Amino acid sequence: MPRTIRPTPSLIRAAACLGIAALTLTACGSGSGSDSAGDGSGSVKVGLITKTDTNPFFVKMKEGAEKAAKDSGAQLITSAGKFDGDNAGQVTAIENMIAAGVKGILITPSDSKAIVPALEKARAKGILVIALDSPTDPESAVDALFATDNLRAGEMIGAYAKASMKGKTAKIATLDLAPGVAVGVQRHNGFLKGFGIGEKDPAIVCSQDTGGDQAKGQTAMENCLQKAPDINVVYTINEPAALGAYTALKAKGRERDVLIVSVDGGCTGTQAVKDGKIAATSQQYPLKMAAEGVGAVVKYAKDDKQATGYTDTGVSLITDKAQAGVASKDTAYGLDNCWG
Amino acid sequence: MTATTAPYAELKTPTTARRLLTAPTTGPLAALLLACVFFSLSTDQFLTGGNFSLIVQQVMVVGTLAIGQTLIILTAGIDLSCGAVMAFGSIVIAKMAAEGTLPPLLAITLGLVVCGGFGLLNGLLVQKIPLPPFIVTLGMLNVAFALTHIYSEEQTVTSLPGPLTALGETFPLGRTDITYGSLVTIGLFLLLAYALSSTGWGRHVYALGNSQEAARLNGIRTSRLTIGIYTVAGVLYGLAALLLISRTGVGDPQAGQTENLDSITAVVLGGTSLFGGRGSVLGTFIGVLIVGVFRNGLQLMGVASIYQTLITGILVILAVTVDQMSRRKAR
Repeated sequence: MPRTIRPTPSLIRAAACLGIAALTLTACGSGSGSDSAGDGSGSVKVGLITKTDTNPFFVKMKEGAEKAAKDSGAQLITSAGKFDGDNAGQVTAIENMIAAGVKGILITPSDSKAIVPALEKARAKGILVIALDSPTDPESAVDALFATDNLRAGEMIGAYAKASMKGKTAKIATLDLAPGVAVGVQRHNGFLKGFGIGEKDPAIVCSQDTGGDQAKGQTAMENCLQKAPDINVVYTINEPAALGAYTALKAKGRERDVLIVSVDGGCTGTQAVKDGKIAATSQQYPLKMAAEGVGAVVKYAKDDKQATGYTDTGVSLITDKAQAGVASKDTAYGLDNCWG
Repeated sequence: MTATTAPYAELKTPTTARRLLTAPTTGPLAALLLACVFFSLSTDQFLTGGNFSLIVQQVMVVGTLAIGQTLIILTAGIDLSCGAVMAFGSIVIAKMAAEGTLPPLLAITLGLVVCGGFGLLNGLLVQKIPLPPFIVTLGMLNVAFALTHIYSEEQTVTSLPGPLTALGETFPLGRTDITYGSLVTIGLFLLLAYALSSTGWGRHVYALGNSQEAARLNGIRTSRLTIGIYTVAGVLYGLAALLLISRTGVGDPQAGQTENLDSITAVVLGGTSLFGGRGSVLGTFIGVLIVGVFRNGLQLMGVASIYQTLITGILVILAVTVDQMSRRKAR
């Protein structure tokens, strides 16, 4: 027996190290293939930091940015938090992008207030910072904001619900996002404004947080129905929550006589509008936000021209049951322009 | 570093060279160096002083948590509550100081005491009832998480007074800027490494991790030792809270949600055995640096962050495999 090649602990460790090295090479090889082409000294580096890697909304946003970067010969670097609300993760991403020498950073802030000091550091280094989708607090912490007007998005479905309920007494459930998160608050307030009621209006019989999650949306709706079985209007923060609510209503045989309205315009959600599960949704355009953001950074790099202020990337009400006096587009348009 | 190998390794009276090779930190250190070489070759920005300073800044919070986690894992325990306890500590410090309820230094002290209190409570429940550390700290995770959100009223605390962010300030060293917090973290690692390798307390910790019963029969006051370890860990989480505040400039109730698992990742990557009694704090430092270097390096290369998660996951499995195999061979 050749005793010399017995696997000693040190040999095992050496093998593991080699394994790790090989792993690094393969993983990086596959991930960075697209970058090597544009690695010339002249290409503009653009950073995109989303809330998470996994939410289809941000996946679509990344797609939009990648396409725009490719078209304009820029190099896109992306990063994301580990979960919605991961401020520290976004701070780390900003630092790494500064180190990588980006010309501009596009960010969907997870925490509108907490991210501000890190953004200030980036701007102090002459980096153009653009918020996508959600504003920072204060809004002046970034150079520009490219986003959907979330208050307007809420207002549209509020007005739609109001028109649909003409002559009936509304019993409203609001399935919200989470306390203190700007997007959720704006959509919620917009809905109430569009419906023409205040926060304390007796028509609101139930309000629950869902985190924008389908399963939690279902639980929330079940509990709301337990509390107030005569609910006939459901406002939802997004379409996953709306589909959760639909499942809960269906279990009670109420899916036909309850009006569900929502916001986002994802492809699954828009299809649900077409299928009649959701009455109407306000569609937003993440691809456009990202593409315009990349364009602004490239412009800044080439002409030193800074984007400023708020750019509304638009929102459309999608429904197949149009109401008089409420502008809307049908689901065919919605499915052509949906994301995810 | 070699003195921190487990007692059974010392029984074989190995040569210095062999002890270096079989030290639990050798593998992780090699992995770290390999990763550094790789990233230096693949990007222009990696091999700069400023970037290394940045990586240390980025890992100091998880690093400090991971010191406490190492102590607990050395006793064959585990702490799932560290991130949540840190988050609560950071909100206590930030809110007390920002609203002027307490002067900044007292607010910081209170934060350390509160976090130490959580540690003490964990230790008492683990030792006195006794309950499995996994369950106790899982419960405490939820308690601390909820208290954070209740006390903060879901609001991020901004406009912090100077002393709270002082550790995030930098001083120049050569052509790079180092934060004071990085120095604190490195100091803590050295301090705990010394305590574990060169004091009676340290030997007792390893003995406890190898066999609580044997340690007790040898006259070690295991109960007091265990409770002490959890309390020290808690205070370390308080320090991590202070470092977190100084780094981000805000008190953030959403913080700390993945740091418990991140700290365990660092401990495992650093070669500390999850079964207790074997490993070192310096190994953990290497472990956090491995994660930090991969995250930073892949980012500089333009690799999407989901690959960072993928690679970290594979590294952890590799590290535990190595630990298991070398344990078996060593017997």
